[in-house]
Amino acid sequence: MAHISSVKDTEALTLTVTAEFDGQTVERLWRLWADREQLQRWWGPPGWPATFTRHDFDVPGTSIYFMQGPEGDRHYGWWRFHEIAMPERLRIEDGFGDAEGNPDPEMPESGEMIVDFEPTDAGARFSIRSVFSSLEQLDALIEMGQEEGMKLALGQVDEILAEDAQVR
Amino acid sequence: MVVRSELTDAEVDAIFQALADATRRDILARVIEREQSVSAIAERYTMSFAAVQKHVAVLERALLVTKERRGREQIVHAHPQSIEHARRLLDDYERLWRSRIHRMQDILDEGNA
Repeated sequence: MAHISSVKDTEALTLTVTAEFDGQTVERLWRLWADREQLQRWWGPPGWPATFTRHDFDVPGTSIYFMQGPEGDRHYGWWRFHEIAMPERLRIEDGFGDAEGNPDPEMPESGEMIVDFEPTDAGARFSIRSVFSSLEQLDALIEMGQEEGMKLALGQVDEILAEDAQVR
Repeated sequence: MVVRSELTDAEVDAIFQALADATRRDILARVIEREQSVSAIAERYTMSFAAVQKHVAVLERALLVTKERRGREQIVHAHPQSIEHARRLLDDYERLWRSRIHRMQDILDEGNA
């Protein structure tokens, strides 16, 4: 069972989500990001599975993926790796664009994810810090192709609340 | 769930310009805690009363605070709607990550089977 907690800074527009996994190692959690097969099973929201057509897990490296909606429509996105300090830290810029990984100026501007991995007494954890440059960017990101995921995720709220009770 | 901004681009810009300054963030944090007069705020800083008043005016234009005259005092209140909007957006983004982490857990569980 993953123990999830979060810290929000509404003034600095930063969200940090920490997930602790009992009985896991940092190296195992790292593979969720490094291994393309595993990554594409969790990145896309439910109903919008992600296919990574490229995953150069290297600095500087690029990943390109598309999320395919229930109507067959595709939304392309890209990652650029700015830091890969195995198995402690990842710093990834992500944004929307075309099938070649070119940023699309019509889309919400890119954001940054900083992922820190750490062993714990019971297993391992990572925390993901997302930094947004403006409310407008955050607004656009949430609107963008994530509606389905949100609806389904809301159905998991009870389960999530039960888990939160286990987090100090 | 589609979350739409009730703010115009110009309003959003004003909010971010207002919050780009450390003194203004500090003033905002103080008035979120409790309403207070411009002179009470000014006592906290080494800068002039006029400079503090200017910072308050920037926050006011960004709709982050409102000012109300009470006798000889000008009382500054936090205007929570803008801050609330930021909080709601961050909540939605958090839900997306929680959903991802649940899928990660499923992958990890398979590996242990």
